[in-house]
This record gives sequence, C-alpha cells and structure tokens, in this order.
Amino acid sequence: MIAEFGLAALWLAAALAALQLVAGALALTPRGTALAAIVRPVAMVQGMLVALSFAALITLFAQTDLSVELVAKNSHSMKPLIYKISGTWGNHEGSMLLWVMVMGLSGSFVAAVERRLPEPTMLATLAGQAFVSLGFYAFLLISSNPFTRLSSPAIEGAGLNPLLQDPGLAFHPPPLYIGYVGLSVAFSFAIGALITREVGPAFARAMRPWVLGAWIFLTLGITAGSYWAYYELGWGGWWFWDPVENASLMPWLAATALLHSVSVLAARNALRAWTVMLGVVAFSMSMVGTFLVRSGILTSVHAFAVDPERGSFILGLLALNIGGALVLFGLRASSVTEGERFTATSRESALVFNNVMLSAILGIVLVGTLYPLLAEALGAKVSVGPPYFNPVGAIFAVPMLLVLAVGPLLRWRRDSLSRIKLQIAIPAVLLMGTLIWAASQSVGVLPALGLALAAALAVASLLPLRGRKLRQVKLPVWGMVTAHFGIAVALLGMASDAAFTTERLVAVRAGQAVDVGPWQVTLQRIEPVAGPNWTALRGDLAVSYKGGAVTELHPAARTFWAPPNETNEAALKTRWNGQLYAVLGQATGDGRWQLRLWWKPFVPMIWYGGILIALGGLLALFGRLSSDLRRLVARDKIAFRRARQGR
Amino acid sequence: MSEQKPAARWSLWLPLAVFVGFIGLVMVGLYRPADREVASTMIGKPLPEFALRAAVADRPGLTRADLADGKPRLLNIFASWCVPCAVEAPQLATLKGQGIEIAGVAIRDRPEDVANFLARHGNPFTRIGADDRSIVQLGIGSSGVPETFVIDGKGTIRYQHIGEIRPEHVALLREKLKEAGQ
Amino acid sequence: MKAKHQRLVLALIAVIALVGAGVLAAWALRSQASFFYLPADYAANPPEAGRAVRLGGMVEKGSIKTAADGVTINFVIYDDKARVPVTFKGIVPDLFVEGSGAVAEGRRQPDGTFVADNVLAKHDENYVPREMKDMTTEQARQAIEETK
Repeated sequence: MIAEFGLAALWLAAALAALQLVAGALALTPRGTALAAIVRPVAMVQGMLVALSFAALITLFAQTDLSVELVAKNSHSMKPLIYKISGTWGNHEGSMLLWVMVMGLSGSFVAAVERRLPEPTMLATLAGQAFVSLGFYAFLLISSNPFTRLSSPAIEGAGLNPLLQDPGLAFHPPPLYIGYVGLSVAFSFAIGALITREVGPAFARAMRPWVLGAWIFLTLGITAGSYWAYYELGWGGWWFWDPVENASLMPWLAATALLHSVSVLAARNALRAWTVMLGVVAFSMSMVGTFLVRSGILTSVHAFAVDPERGSFILGLLALNIGGALVLFGLRASSVTEGERFTATSRESALVFNNVMLSAILGIVLVGTLYPLLAEALGAKVSVGPPYFNPVGAIFAVPMLLVLAVGPLLRWRRDSLSRIKLQIAIPAVLLMGTLIWAASQSVGVLPALGLALAAALAVASLLPLRGRKLRQVKLPVWGMVTAHFGIAVALLGMASDAAFTTERLVAVRAGQAVDVGPWQVTLQRIEPVAGPNWTALRGDLAVSYKGGAVTELHPAARTFWAPPNETNEAALKTRWNGQLYAVLGQATGDGRWQLRLWWKPFVPMIWYGGILIALGGLLALFGRLSSDLRRLVARDKIAFRRARQGR
Repeated sequence: MSEQKPAARWSLWLPLAVFVGFIGLVMVGLYRPADREVASTMIGKPLPEFALRAAVADRPGLTRADLADGKPRLLNIFASWCVPCAVEAPQLATLKGQGIEIAGVAIRDRPEDVANFLARHGNPFTRIGADDRSIVQLGIGSSGVPETFVIDGKGTIRYQHIGEIRPEHVALLREKLKEAGQ
Repeated sequence: MKAKHQRLVLALIAVIALVGAGVLAAWALRSQASFFYLPADYAANPPEAGRAVRLGGMVEKGSIKTAADGVTINFVIYDDKARVPVTFKGIVPDLFVEGSGAVAEGRRQPDGTFVADNVLAKHDENYVPREMKDMTTEQARQAIEETK
C-alpha cells in the first residue's frame, strides 16, 4: 500500500507541476490574469505531495519491504536502522526522488514567503521552477520509478555497498542535495527576471537569501564529503579531484561568485547581466554535475550504475533547461541595461576580480573533469589528477586570495589604496615573513604560498572590525568576517597537511613500536571482531604523543558478507594540533602486519574552516532576513497609517 | 544613473556556444558503444577445465565434461543474493518449459541459501555447481551476476548474455542455442 | 583615468584572465594528464622517465614478491608482448592477486622499471579506474589483444 501511495503522490505532484507551469505562463498574458491566484497554492501543495512521496520511500526502506525492487536491490534486513534509512538516497532512484523533493519544497517555500518581487516576475519564476521540476518528474516516473514492485518478493535484500555504510554517507548527501537543488531557485529567479526584464536591487535582495541558504548547505555538504573521503577511503587524502567531488565543487564556485555579485547588485545596482548569468550557471553546474555522476560516463568512487538510457534522459533535460535558459539570456540580456559605474579601486572592482577568478577556477575544474572524455573521443585514455588541478587552480586562487584580503577594506564606488595602506601593512609583512620562514624550512612552493596566505588572510579578514564597536557591527559584516576567516583556517589546514605530514609504512610484529612524527605507536595484537553485518580483523595499537599518556587506536580491515566486500577502516586520533591516522594493511606471511601511519599537523583545520565558512553564511543570512523583516514591518506600518489617514 | 551601451551582442551568446560544445562532447561519450558491454572474446573458444561441487543436495555438481556431451545448453551464472537473478527466474522457467537444458553456477553462495532461492523462484537447472571464489566465473569471462552463456555440444562458448534475461530476450537465446546445435 | 576607461580596463582584465585560464588549462592538460599504457605500448614507446602515467595489464603468476621490509612488493605486469617489472611500496588492495588485472599509477625510472605510487585492482570497490571499469580478466586480455 505504501509504495502505491508514494507513487500516486508522485504522479499527483507531477500533474500539479504541469498545472503550475501552464497557469503561471498564462497568468503572464493579458487574458490569463485570473489564473495568477492559483499559482502559489499549487506550488505549495506540489511540494507537500512530493515530500509525502519521499516519506513513503523512507518508510519502505525502514521496514525493509522486499516486495519493492529498489529496497530489495539496495537494502538488507540485517542492516542497522540508520543505514536502512540512509539507503533511501544511497541509490539512483532514491537520490533522484530526494532531488525532486528538495526542488518541490524550495518551490513551495518561495511561493509561501517571497513577497518582495513584482507579481509578474514571481509568476514567471514559479513557472520556471515548475518547468525544471516537470522534467525531473518525468525522468523519475518514466525511467527511474523508485516504487516498482517485484513480481514475487525477494527473500533477502542484496545489501548496500559497505563503503556507504557509514555515518558520513548517511548524512552528507542530503545537505549537498539541498544545496544543489536550492540553487534551482536562483535559476528560476534569473529566468523570471529575464522574462519580465526586472533586474535590479529588489531582484537581488529577493534572490540573495536563497543563494545564501543553498550555498551554506553546499559548503557543509562539501566539508562533510571531504571528511568522509578522508577517513573512509583510508588513503590519508582529503580531496582527490574525483569527478563527483568536482561536481560538488563547481556549483559551489559558481554560487560563491553569485553570492558576491548579488551583493554588488543589491548595494550598487551594478553587474546586472553578469548576476543573471551566474544565477543560470550555478544551477546548471548542479545539473551538469548530477548528469556526469548519474550517467556513469565519468567513473568515480560514487558513481551509481552505468545506464546510457538514463544518461540520455538527463542529457535531454540538461539541453532543454540550460540551453533554454542560455537562449533566453542571449535574447534578453542585451535589454538588461548596465548599471552604476565604479572605478578600478573600489569594493565593486575587488568583487568583480573575485568573480572573474572564481569563474576561471570553475572553468579549469570543468575542463579538467571533462578532459578524459575529450581525450577518449580522440582515442587516448588519460586521467587528470592533482598535478593538473593543484598548480593550475593555484595560479588563479592566489591572486584571488590576495584581493580577498584587501577588498573588504575598500569603499564602494571609489577609493584609493593609499587610504588603507597602513591597515594592509600588517598582513603584508606577515605574508612576506611566513614566505621567508617557509622557504627556510624547505617547504614546497604551493604549501609555502598557502601558509603565507593563510597567515595574512587570517589577520586581514578581521580588519573590517577594526575601530568599530563590536556590538554595533551588523550581522552580515560578522558573517563576511567569519567566512573569510574560515577560508584562512581551512587554507592553513590544507597547506600544513601538504607541508608537514610525516608518513610511515612498516611491517611490524605484535609488540613492536614505530615512531611517526612526535608519536610512538605500538602494535599490541591483531584480533577478530564481529559487527552486525561484517567481521573484521582489528589491530590494537597503543599510541602515545611525545611519551605522554597511552591511548588505544583500532584500525581494522572489515569483511562484509551482504554483499561480499572488504574495506579498510582507518583509525584517527585527534589532538588540537593535528591528527594521527592509522591504517591496517595485510599480513606479510611471516607474522608481521603492514601498518600505514600518518602524522598530519593541523589537518582538522580544513574542516573547521569549512564549518566557519558555513557559519559566516548563516550569520549573513540571519542578518539579511531580520533586516528584510524589519523593512517589511515598517512598510506595512506606513501603509496602515496612510490607509487610516486617508479614511 | 548612466545608461551605457550593453556589451556586444555576440558575447551574450558565448555561454550557449560553450554549452553546445559540452553537449556534443558528452553525446560522443555517452553513445560510444565500445565502452558499454564488451562482449566476451571467449566466444568461439572452449571452456576452461573445471569441476565444481554440487551447490544443492538434489542436483549434481558441474564439470567441463558435463557441458561437452554433444547437447547444446545454457549455462546460467547466478547467486541467491542477487536480485536480478530473481527477476529472470520466470524467463529461465519458460526456457526450461521449451525443453532447453540449463546448467547453473552459483557464485559465492551457501547451500541453504541456494536451496531457499530455488524453492522460492523455481529450479530450472539440471546441474548446479558451486563457484565459491568466482574462479570459473572469471575464467569464462563473466564479470557479474546474472550472466547466461550458450554452450554448444563440444564445450565451446557460442554466446554471452550480460545481465538478467528479460522476456524479450527469450527468443534470442533460443535462436542462439539453435545455431549452436547446427 | 576616467571611469569609462577604468571600466574598460576591468573588462579587459576579465577577458585576459578567462582566455588565460583556457590557454593554461589546455597547456597544463597536455603535460599533466596521465596517459594509460598497456605493457606492449610501454615497451614499444616508453613514456618519458619521471612522467606520471598509468600502467594496466595482468599481474604475472608467481611474480609477486614481498621484500624483507614487509611493505615493498615487486611484481610483473604483462601482456602477450611485454613484461614490465613494477615496484610498489604500500598497502595493496585486497583484490590484487596474481593472474588478475591491475593498474599501477606511477613513473618509469631511467632503468626501465616502473615505480608505482598507487596500485588499483579490478573489482576494487574503493575505486575502479576508468580504463578498467568493465574489464574482467578476459576483457583485459582482449584489450591487450587489440594492440596486436
């Protein structure tokens, strides 16, 4: 029953999306204005229905209803409940349903609360949102129905990829999806504004909270995903330039650029066409990323089944949505007039520079991700990894970070560097000092630059607070400062990991001790342990930092039996100044065991930084929303007073 | 506010041009058939030598000699833990009903699980070998379950079907089997 | 400088940066993308020493030898035309066994041997390299045959 209910809700939601599109489009014509009233309620109900449908799928997974094909293929009755639930989106169909649910819910959210935009733009926006949703509904219902029943129920489910049985996986895709799909609102706003030609500060102010919200979730999702890869793959790295990682990074880069250009548009009424363009690009990157992963044309850790038919379907959707939006942009953007002017030394210029650099990095990541495909079309098999992405990305990231240190100190419209030269002297000295010190430590070029920039930026990011009464500083400014400081923190972690990591790879007998950096690690014994759906060989390590107190670490090699598979479980010991990372390898046959150990100074800063960046976004979001609310209340009061006076 | 001449018109179409390039590139990647299902080059080659113990009590095990007794048959690679294997069960039953002999190889499985699976979904097999370490599976060029091979009477592989047998594949397999018998 | 000019300069910088990014990416990809070699290609047309490449083929039976330190292994990746000795220091995936397919990521040394930074085995759930994604033992052999 639950499966049928979920499917019915999904069909109904799709029908309402169609209604929303038609009503929204007709309402824009002179004769259809009567339809305008139904668009918002339809959008809200549509969101609720698709949420119900998703709830039905979660219920099926939680109950392990093996008569449903998707459950039978991806779950197992012996799995812990939390992984049964996360199994809902750990597969193609379920994750697509999550996608449309977020899309429907953000559409209904916009319909419910957004009152700042002129009504026609609003209608066009909701129609645009419905148009994009409709494509994904069709995709789900036609080629990826999650509710299909088996003709005879399976005896037992096939299980779930053991790599995916991990709290990191259980929790990192949903925020990422909220981020990806939240950008669809920015996309729809851009479409709406292009259709009605209403691009200006009001449009920017309406769009900003949505971009901020999606961006916060993307930031958190990427941070969590990076940490997941770090401890689950057991390779000691935190970013592999894997296509799926790139697929999440690209929308983030575009959204970061959009976030800043939207601020320029809201404050200064400049960068109009550019902002609209970025609104289109950001969600396009979400869709391109999803397509690259789902179609299986780029293989990666996260890829689900290769399926050319589904790939073609998503490709069609991409062509329709993005192609359509870009055609609209080409037709309409020339009628969007350029806005206010500014001089080369101004806050606007710094933000434009940031936007250009972010776009360049985005381009570099996109080209690097697609290059294997291009090479294969030409008959060569290649893979592109850190030797390409790191240095080439850095060429643009370094100037961007330099300008990031200075930009927030500049005034809007017109300023001069001589005004702020005293302020930037401190970070500049710090930058040079760290560079010289790093050179003396014979650290590589990129890590040295990273350390120096991190130090300079950490100080520079706090300068906008200088000379102000801290309690009077507005929330958005706090948000900016926090996020920029977070970038410095994350950068410190990355550079420190690259510069100071020590690694030991040894084969040891029980009782033998190994030194890695300041740590002493002793292998005490290897013992078998059993989990709910796996057995493992676990190493008991006694570790001590600089001869201090001894604690235990337990890296393990797990063997799963449903489906049969093996994984390495790294063990981590975190201190304030870094992390010890241990992986258990294989027996060498003569009574020794392979152990791989890393001491990674300050590596957790990467993820703390990520959290700070997201927190900065959250502060800014609260600040914007509360001031919007105040403005709204004030406007209502004036209107109320006028109405009374008029009477 | 100063109205300024907008950027050159053609530059507004640049993003679209880039996107069209992307679509073109991806279509090439998506529709290149070579990368999808690579047919086994074992086709036309003899089966390797093997002898598998019986996977269930009521059917004998499987050796190479059993597949080279002059009669063409299907060799089905399956497992009780594999959902598509349950999906193809009705099709295997249909083939069996048409008088076709099917030998099975159960991959990485336990006897009680196989017995359960067959009790539930029907047993179309005359013999079932247990391949606990996927040795025969890899030896005949199969990379997953389920897969179905057409073996002629001399122990030579004639055809490989990757993935579950859907109703529309039944006729094709029968055809291939007929060809193998000639 | 007038505002109009400054704006032009800004636009110019943007264009230069983006074009620069494109050119740079193209150039860097030519030199930094790591190519996939089969042993036969590797022997016939060896990659420049020190350049990151990927070497894929079958692991020769009886060739895996663990050195005295317990963590360095030597093995041979071969096809029907050539054998390439590989040295790897690290933890190999569980599915790395003799007689099955593997991809070694690393560099050719001036003496012709190959030192791997990473070894990937087929059916390795951690990561399936693109080139090996649907290769079974048989298909790896087929890929080798294609080069005849």
